[in-house]
Amino acid sequence: MNSDKITKAVLLFSSLIILFVAGGILFSLVQGAIPAFKNFGLKFIFSNNWNPTEGKENYGALPFIAGTIITSVVALLISLPLSFSASLFLGEYFRGTKMAKVLGMMVDLLAGIPSIVYGLWGFYILRPVLIDLGLPNQGFGIFTASIILAIMIIPYATSLSTEIITMVPNELKEAAYSLGATKLEVITNVIVPTARSGIVAGYILSFGRALGETMAITMLIGNSNVIPNGLFSTGNTMASVIANQFGEAEGLKLSALIAVGLLLFLITGIINALGKFIIKKMA
Amino acid sequence: MKNLVTIILVIFALSSCNSSSNKKGNEKSASSKKVTLTAAGATFPMPYYNMVFKSYTSETGTLLTYGGIGSGGGIRSLTDKVVDFGATDAFLSDDKLSKMPAEVVHIPTVLGAVVIAYNLPGVEGLKLSNSLLEKIFMGEITKWNHPAIKSNNAGISLPDMDITFIHRSDGSGTTYIFSDYMTKISTKWADKVGKGKSLLWPVGMGAKGSPGVAGTIKQTEGAIGYIGSEYAFALKIKTAKVQNSSGNYIEPSIESVSAAAQGEIPADTRITLTNSADPNSYPISGFTWIIVYKEQSYNGRSKEQALATVTFLEWLVSEKAQSQAEKVHYAPLPVAAVEKAKSILRTVTFDGAKLLE
Repeated sequence: MNSDKITKAVLLFSSLIILFVAGGILFSLVQGAIPAFKNFGLKFIFSNNWNPTEGKENYGALPFIAGTIITSVVALLISLPLSFSASLFLGEYFRGTKMAKVLGMMVDLLAGIPSIVYGLWGFYILRPVLIDLGLPNQGFGIFTASIILAIMIIPYATSLSTEIITMVPNELKEAAYSLGATKLEVITNVIVPTARSGIVAGYILSFGRALGETMAITMLIGNSNVIPNGLFSTGNTMASVIANQFGEAEGLKLSALIAVGLLLFLITGIINALGKFIIKKMA
Repeated sequence: MKNLVTIILVIFALSSCNSSSNKKGNEKSASSKKVTLTAAGATFPMPYYNMVFKSYTSETGTLLTYGGIGSGGGIRSLTDKVVDFGATDAFLSDDKLSKMPAEVVHIPTVLGAVVIAYNLPGVEGLKLSNSLLEKIFMGEITKWNHPAIKSNNAGISLPDMDITFIHRSDGSGTTYIFSDYMTKISTKWADKVGKGKSLLWPVGMGAKGSPGVAGTIKQTEGAIGYIGSEYAFALKIKTAKVQNSSGNYIEPSIESVSAAAQGEIPADTRITLTNSADPNSYPISGFTWIIVYKEQSYNGRSKEQALATVTFLEWLVSEKAQSQAEKVHYAPLPVAAVEKAKSILRTVTFDGAKLLE
C-alpha cells in the first residue's frame, strides 16, 4: 500500500459523506413536503392563507416567503453602507493601525454573539427606544427585526470585504497614486473595481445568512401570519414559523412546515447560485 | 507502514476490550440504579409538575424528567413512543384516539385557569363582559378608552392607548382552552375562528410559549392576552374579571376554578370545563391530563418501568400531590375526578396483566 492511495481514499470517503448528508437532507425534505404539495399544489406557494384550525386546515406559505425576503433585503440595505465603510476603514484607510485592529476585533466579536442574545437586546433595549420614537405595534415588526438582522450580518459582510480589499495588489494602487490620484479616486477607480466580485460575494453570503436567521427574528417580528403591508407591520418569516410551530405539528401541518423548510432551502440555493453567476460575470 | 497497521490493530483490540468491560459495568449499574421516567408535553401545568415531580423524586428516588414542549409535542412524543407518558391540556378526540398506535387513557392531574392578563399602568380590577372579549379579540375594539369598555368599567379611568393582543405563536393547549371558551360565548368567533391548539388569528401578534406571552405582556403597555394563571401570578401581571354563564364577574382563584369542576365527569374524564353552569365558577378553567398507553409493554420497556409509571401516576392524583397544587395557584382535582383517575389506572396492563390492584 502506498500512503498516497490511502490519503486519496480517505479524502474521497469524507467528501462522499458530505455529499451523502446534503443529498439526504434534500431527500427527506422533499419526501416530507409531498403531502403538502399534493394537497395544495402550487397554491401552497402563492396562497396567503395559513390556517391551522382543525377542520379548516389550509396552508399557504406566501406570508412567510414575503416576510423572509423583505426582512433580509431591508437588513442588507441597512447594513450595506455601514459594513462597506467599515471594510474600507479596516482594509485601506487605516490599515494596520491600532485603531483598525481594535475595530476589527469588535467586528469579529459581533459575529460571535449568539442569535438569542441579539434577540434579547432587541426585545428589552431596542424595542422601547423604537416605541418612544413612535413605532406602531409596540415596536414589534419587520423594521425592528430588520435592524437586528442588519447588525447580525454586518460582521460577515465586513470581514469578507476587508479581506478582499487588502488583497488588491499594491502595484495597482501605487501606480494610481504615482499618476496623482487621491485616496478616494484610488478607492473608486482601482480598489472597488478590482475587489468587486469578492465584495458582492460577501454581501450574498450575508444575505444567505439573513434568510435563515431564526431566534432573534422570532422574538421581534410579531409572529402574525399575514403578508406585511408595510415596513412597520408585523409579519413572520419561514425560519421563524418553523421554529414556532414545529413542536406541535403533526399530519398535514407537519408536512406544510417541512415544505416551508424545503422552500427556504431552495431559495437559499437559488440566491447562492445567483451570487456565483454574478461573480463569474463580473470577474 | 507496518507500524501503522500494528497501531491500528492495537487500538481496535483495546477499544473492543474497553467496550466489553463497559457493557458489563452498565448492566450492573442498571440493576442497582433507580428507574428514570421520561415525560413531555404541556407547558400550562409545568409550574405544578416541576414542583411535584421534584418532591416525588426526593420521596422515592425515582428520577423524573419533564420536557415542556407543548401539548401537541406531548401527544407526538407518546405516538412516537419516546416517552413514558405525555401531557396535554386538550384531550384527544375520538378521531385522534383511533389514530394512535395503541389504546391511550387520560389521567386528569390538576385544575387550572387560563387568565385574561393585561398591562395597563394604574388600572386595577378590569371587568370584561363576553361581548367585550369578542370585540377585543376579533379586532373590533382597538383602543382601551373605547366607550364600550368604559361603560362596562365605571369609575376606572382608561388610557388612550392601542390594544395589543398577544397570543401564542406555537400550538398550545392553553390556546385550546381559551378558544373553546370563546367559541362557547361568541357565535362570531365560532364562525370565523373556531377552536384548536393553533388558530388563524384575526388580530394580534404571537409570542412563543406561555413564558413568552407572559414576558411580552409584562414588557408591553396596552397589551392583553391569555395565559395559564401561574404565569400571570409569578410575574405579577394583572388579570381581568370575566363573566361566567350566570353573568357574574369572577376573578380567577382556586375556589372559583374548583367550582367549575363540580359537575358530572365522564368515566374517561375527557371533558372541557369552560363556561361552567356553576354560578361561582371561573369560566376559563380546565383539566390538564397525562396520557399513557393502556398496554404498557411496548418498545421493549421493562415491567419495572411500567410499574414505576403507574405507581407515580397514582401518587400524582393522591392527596400528597394534590395538596401542593394551591402553592402554585392550581386547584386540586375534585373527589369524583380522583376516583375516576384511580379506576382508569387500574385498567392499565403489562402483557395483559393488571399492574395495580
